Amino acid sequence: MSFLEVLYFIVPSALLYATPLIFTGIGALFSERAGVIGLGVEGLMVVGAFTGIYVNLEFYDQFGKAVIWVALLAALVAGAIFSLIIAIAAVTFRADQTVTGVASNLLAAAITVFLVKLIYDKGQTDMIQAPIRRFEVPYLSDIPFFGKLLFHDVYATTIIALIVAIGAWYILFKTPFGLRIRAVGEHPMAADTMGINVAKMRYIGVMISGALAAVGGASLAMTVSGDFSASTIAGQGFIAIAAMIFGKWHPLGTLGAALFFGLAQTLSIAGGNIPFIQDIPPVILQILPYILTILALAGFIGKAVAPKASGIPYIKGKR
Amino acid sequence: MSNRTINILVPVISVILGLLVGGIVMIVSGYNAIDGYIALWNGIFGDAYSIGNTIRQITPYILSGLAVAFAFRTGLFNIGVEGQLLMGWVAAAYVGYAIEGLPRIIHLPLALLAAAAAGAFWAFIVGYLKAKLHVHEVIASIMLNYTALYVTNAVIRSLSDGGFKTPTVLESATLRNQWLREFTDNSSMHLGIIVAILMVFIMWFLLEKTTRGYELKAVGFNKNAAEYAGMNVKKNIILAMTISGVFAGLAGAMEALGTYQNASIKAAQSGIGFDGIAVALLGANNPIGVFFGASLFGSLKYGALNMPNAAGIPEEIVSIIIAVIIIFVASGYILRVGLEKFGKKKEGK
Repeated sequence: MSFLEVLYFIVPSALLYATPLIFTGIGALFSERAGVIGLGVEGLMVVGAFTGIYVNLEFYDQFGKAVIWVALLAALVAGAIFSLIIAIAAVTFRADQTVTGVASNLLAAAITVFLVKLIYDKGQTDMIQAPIRRFEVPYLSDIPFFGKLLFHDVYATTIIALIVAIGAWYILFKTPFGLRIRAVGEHPMAADTMGINVAKMRYIGVMISGALAAVGGASLAMTVSGDFSASTIAGQGFIAIAAMIFGKWHPLGTLGAALFFGLAQTLSIAGGNIPFIQDIPPVILQILPYILTILALAGFIGKAVAPKASGIPYIKGKR
Repeated sequence: MSNRTINILVPVISVILGLLVGGIVMIVSGYNAIDGYIALWNGIFGDAYSIGNTIRQITPYILSGLAVAFAFRTGLFNIGVEGQLLMGWVAAAYVGYAIEGLPRIIHLPLALLAAAAAGAFWAFIVGYLKAKLHVHEVIASIMLNYTALYVTNAVIRSLSDGGFKTPTVLESATLRNQWLREFTDNSSMHLGIIVAILMVFIMWFLLEKTTRGYELKAVGFNKNAAEYAGMNVKKNIILAMTISGVFAGLAGAMEALGTYQNASIKAAQSGIGFDGIAVALLGANNPIGVFFGASLFGSLKYGALNMPNAAGIPEEIVSIIIAVIIIFVASGYILRVGLEKFGKKKEGK
């Protein structure tokens, strides 16, 4: 394979694997910025993946190929609703957020497989008939080099994910709403003093994380696996959290880290065909996102600081 | 109502609420909840074979629960039991088949020791990162869980020349016991339960009867006070995490030397480490409590396997119940408020 061929092969594939990570990482970011630990995004991705595949299978006859949009929308709603469990436990019931996150991951995995068995009477669904397909962006794909690299084989979900990441940056750092979200995550008491409803903002933050992570899960299920089973989502939520930390709790940093981790995933799956890469043991590429995250947290790659109040229930009047 | 009563009531109420939610889910899904729970009960206690396998299932839960509880007691959250368990699993399996010619009295303890050391090492990394570089243990643990998953898979692949499982452990390293098997109608119950119960005692002794245990608890209660009292907080954090990893590694040894007799490639986490969190929470981080919590979870998990056959209900219903129980225990605050109000009303009358 020539270098250019390798590039044309790797870049679209890296974008494919990065897409769910971008959605989910940005989701986790909203939750953490509002002061609730985002550990539940793995389970929220599972909910999204299940909902997406279910809607795609059941409503293909009504909507035809447009069913993918209905499925993504349904996943978004389902994720936002499911995340209410986390919000109620973590914000209203003041539960330990880490435990809540772990428990809701277990709950999501159990409920979805239970539903699959209830509905389809077997452990995994059929393959969907309308997966999200690659398309060629008109005009842009005619650009020499970059056109073939970035716009020749692109998924609509990738483009949406990029918009979401940039939109998240704008919302968090350029709007009053974003300021409020960040305020309740950094110093909820000060925010409360200024008349911001801390509980409400935290609910919103968690629900945004639910919606985005579920879209991430659905986009992964409808592009990569094409069906739903217990192993459709296996740790991608945690890689997305890793991307958020590696991106230092910043939307554009998260975007960059997600793209990089997408590349690492591509190389660990398809690296065997690529010169140089095939000499690296795949396990190195598989553990790369996790090791890099630890290094980032240890301060070797510039210090990453979490929102100060993330993980701490806010109790009015308590110092 | 006294604090002590509430501390016991919160997990009990959570379990009842969890079973209630499970029943509602079954009814809403069109299943017969009573048949479901009867199937669950028979799956656990139905005959000697079921009881033997239930005890086998409980064994690693006791140890993973102890691992989480020990860390909790010292102010740390070890969510990395899963990864430490995998490291222990592979280490025990390797020592179990690769070292030949040793008598059982040496080989078996050696394999257990290898697992404990491997788990301890994996947890030590987390403790070191926390104490020296201020990396939050939860995130470091999660990242190391996945690192352990891929690393152990790669190790197993290379040990088995590209296969998916290591050779079976030798007779001299196995936890299996002919008498126990025959007694329980050929179940896969093994001697690991003795190791687990021994560790319950060791954790209790370490925390309650030794100076070191007192120091570890003090650091967990109040870091600053412990530091002021002249204790080395950093050293204690690393030590606490490492000891927690010993329990987790041994949980892996139960699977390697007892249940499976080998280590095989895994597509996903085993879940035993995560369930250890629930076990520790239910047991209020107390060694004896952990024993009871593990008994409940192990029973539910094993009994669930009987539900699809006997009542046509997917076994995942039990995972739903377990998750609900964890959420309720974690939300203990709201239960406490309810209980206190209830208690006051009674006193008022």
